[in-house]
Amino acid sequence: MRWLPLAMFAALAVLLAAGVWLSRRPDRDVLPSTLIGKPAPTFSLPVLHEPGRLVSLADLKGAPFVLNVWGSWCPTCREEHPVLTRFAETKRVRVIGLDWKDDPADAQRWLEQFGNPYWMVLTDQDGGTVIDFGVAAAPETFLVDGNGIVRWKKAGAMTDATIRDELLPALVQLERGR
Amino acid sequence: MLPELGQVALILALLVAALQAVLPLVGAHRGIDAWMRVARPAAFVQLVLVASAFAILTHAFVTQDFSLRYVATNSNSLLPMVYRFTAVWGAHEGSLLLWALILALWTGAVALFSKALPQPVVARVLGVMGIVAVGFLAFLIFTSNPFGRLLPAAVEGRDLNPLLQDPGMIIHPPMLYLGYVGFCVPFAFAIAALLDGRIDARWLRWVRPWTNVAWGFLTIGIALGSWWAYYELGWGGWWFWDPVENASFMPWLAGTALLHSQAVTEKRGSFRGWTLLLAIAAFSLSLLGTFLVRSGVLTSVHAFAADPTRGLFVLVFLGIVIGGSLLLYALRSPDDDDNSRFATASRETLLLANNLLLASACAMVLLGTLYPLLADALDLGKISVGPPYFALLFTLLMAPLVLLLPFGPLTRWQREQPSRPIAMLVPWAGLALGIGIAAFFLAPQGAWKVAAGVVGATWVLLGTLRFLWTRLKNSGSRFTPEMIGMTLAHFGLAVFLVGALLTEGLSRQRELALAPGQSVTLGAHAFRFEGVQRHVGPNYVADTGTVQVSRDGVALGTMHPEKRSYASGGQVMTEAAIAPGITRDLYVALGEPLGGGSWAVRVHVKPFVRWIWMGAVLMALGGFVTATDRRFRRREAAQ
Amino acid sequence: MNPVRKRRLLMVIALLLAAGAATALVAMALQRNVAYLYTPSEVLKGEAGGHARFRLGGMVRAGSFKRAQGSMEAHFAVDDGDAVLPVVYTGILPDLFREKQAVIATGRMNGGVFVADEVLAKHDETYMPKEVADKMGAAHMKHGVPATIDMPAQAQ
Repeated sequence: MRWLPLAMFAALAVLLAAGVWLSRRPDRDVLPSTLIGKPAPTFSLPVLHEPGRLVSLADLKGAPFVLNVWGSWCPTCREEHPVLTRFAETKRVRVIGLDWKDDPADAQRWLEQFGNPYWMVLTDQDGGTVIDFGVAAAPETFLVDGNGIVRWKKAGAMTDATIRDELLPALVQLERGR
Repeated sequence: MLPELGQVALILALLVAALQAVLPLVGAHRGIDAWMRVARPAAFVQLVLVASAFAILTHAFVTQDFSLRYVATNSNSLLPMVYRFTAVWGAHEGSLLLWALILALWTGAVALFSKALPQPVVARVLGVMGIVAVGFLAFLIFTSNPFGRLLPAAVEGRDLNPLLQDPGMIIHPPMLYLGYVGFCVPFAFAIAALLDGRIDARWLRWVRPWTNVAWGFLTIGIALGSWWAYYELGWGGWWFWDPVENASFMPWLAGTALLHSQAVTEKRGSFRGWTLLLAIAAFSLSLLGTFLVRSGVLTSVHAFAADPTRGLFVLVFLGIVIGGSLLLYALRSPDDDDNSRFATASRETLLLANNLLLASACAMVLLGTLYPLLADALDLGKISVGPPYFALLFTLLMAPLVLLLPFGPLTRWQREQPSRPIAMLVPWAGLALGIGIAAFFLAPQGAWKVAAGVVGATWVLLGTLRFLWTRLKNSGSRFTPEMIGMTLAHFGLAVFLVGALLTEGLSRQRELALAPGQSVTLGAHAFRFEGVQRHVGPNYVADTGTVQVSRDGVALGTMHPEKRSYASGGQVMTEAAIAPGITRDLYVALGEPLGGGSWAVRVHVKPFVRWIWMGAVLMALGGFVTATDRRFRRREAAQ
Repeated sequence: MNPVRKRRLLMVIALLLAAGAATALVAMALQRNVAYLYTPSEVLKGEAGGHARFRLGGMVRAGSFKRAQGSMEAHFAVDDGDAVLPVVYTGILPDLFREKQAVIATGRMNGGVFVADEVLAKHDETYMPKEVADKMGAAHMKHGVPATIDMPAQAQ
């Protein structure tokens, strides 16, 4: 009788452990399988520095590009910024910024203050395109090939290791044609 | 610079807590006086360190230091000053620091007010509290550091969730934590008693005031949460059986059983096993609640950001603390004294029934709360358990409790002649029933609930008055604080019954489209919608509606429900307009604009809803009054 | 049998009866109040068949929200990336209800339309810009429940 509470707690602990196990987020580096290999969602978005000019997915086809979702309100984006800048300076591939739910003035100020690594910055103020890309939170980065197919994605801040071990090999693979 | 000091303070606090845990416990075991003496000073030092860390974090919020990640993610330059204080506990890391602070406060209080206790007891109690502190401080430092830097600093903060920018946020979490964490004290006493081997009346006299005070705070904390949800969420509800609400209610149920069980053990020496087990259970449920809210295991509007790593840490901690205490209980709990046998008709039996009913209610709520998790783990699908499960079973369990309550104080200990208390109460039962029947026929709607509320409340009230009268007759006007506390708490229950059942039975609501000039009537009340206007607040833009209210044609006043759009992030919030009253609340909320100037509007008339929280306050007051009983502070004669 | 034994036996019997009754009651209460969650594709595949009242989870399809001017009746469609199901709801929608946002509607199927009596929209306690999408909100979500949900809106 006196062992009953402990036994019941043990059963409960097992259940809770199962719960923790079940609720582990899918490893954020793993893509939701649905978007890799599929065409990127179409979009037509204004350019931050050229209000009035719209750029669509079709305009970007012909060569691969990296799409980085960020915002001036996003602290982690600040962390990955130097990494992104270093990578963009190698001019290996176009790095396009997708400014999410940001006031254009805030975005411009942020870029002026910290530096603009992007080949071009598109703005998604209502967030529809970002959702179409299945973005959970900023920052998220995608690699899209010249035909507009999504080939790789990274959720969370980019690091030098990620670029070296994942992005560049993926880029090399798609350049080789497969 | 300061935040780094805050981090250092936390690390030092962890070390001190470890000392506070290890030395006194070993000292008590081995009889090493010097080690036992470490407990009190360690407790005070720990308090100073944790309080400093908390003050530093508060300072960072007040000065809007966005170089701290936690501040940047929970504050914003437009945030009004008062909410900069409450934002400290607005998310996981800060609220955990609040937990640690409140634990340190209780530990300090025990260290301060324990002069009458023998050294080994103090050492053990503070030692156990030190173990808990080690767990929380380690959790803070290793997985949830509130002082993490963001370099370079954010230009602008992300803002405190608008739902939390509210006066309720100022007081609900601290009050709730005072209660939650306060159960650590009876828990520590129980562990100390198990280690010591002695559970006697003396021990009970030490532990009862702490239990009652913690219980009082928890009662207030839960009531505040209910009140806040009522006016903040815009739906007129006051309890949703949401997993996190349940997580605070379960310790309360266990705590209520504990209070009563302690009274029995103090006076009669029986129920020692129950008293120890309930003390362990109450705090264990507090810890479990902390786990559920932060681990992502359950979905709830209150849950903090889901993080399985944190979940795992807390689970391991739970395993150690709860598993350890239950193991200790299994090995060392005392068998009941043969001298404390009692007859089937006795106050002990009634209080045993009380314990069983409350424990069953607690188990039932636990089952309903964890059932979705169980189903998911067994791959039975993604389910949710609806409120009716809880409501139905809770009512079924509480009905016998309400029925038996008035018999308790009037029944003798150990052996009673059933006909005696029954004879005393029968006329009053009759009266309550009669009033209830009248209420049944007078109620415009919800007759059964109204009648049940009236019968239950009247019965408890009259029964308690009968006890007061008996006591007056027999002992003059000698009422101990314990009796006054009990009376207040039982009155509080009666008031609560009126509030809960009558509101559920008599509330009316309508949700409809209204164009300016149109009215809606609910019973005798008429609500006339006059349109909506825009106005600007400190960090939001609001659409403010105007509604004229009248009753039976007599104008009562104007109400202004709002729909706010917050500047940072644009989140939309409903601010309901409430016209409070003792006999009824009027409640109006704006829905969406439907075009052409008309809006979706919801109106409620909620009779007696305030009685719910008034009843809870009375109950809490009863708990506090009981704790003031002199005999708990009596210095022990030389042992 | 001596009186002590007798009393013990009676207590055990009473306890067992009570436990049995309690279990039966709890099982019945759970059974009646448990609501399963299905996505539109699961519903269309017939997997929701056994349960008259259930929860439908997915994203509010862009462009599907319609409400006649001055009317409380809202029409929208719930999309899970594979299939779409039309929903009708009469009442005030939660503040966070929006197209391309995760939603859970509770109700029943009537013909080919889901008639909701309760709608919950997603609410993220870490408070990021509204459209933060979870596994659930992502355009190609398959199934799952959002990490956190708003308080329910109840229809009349």
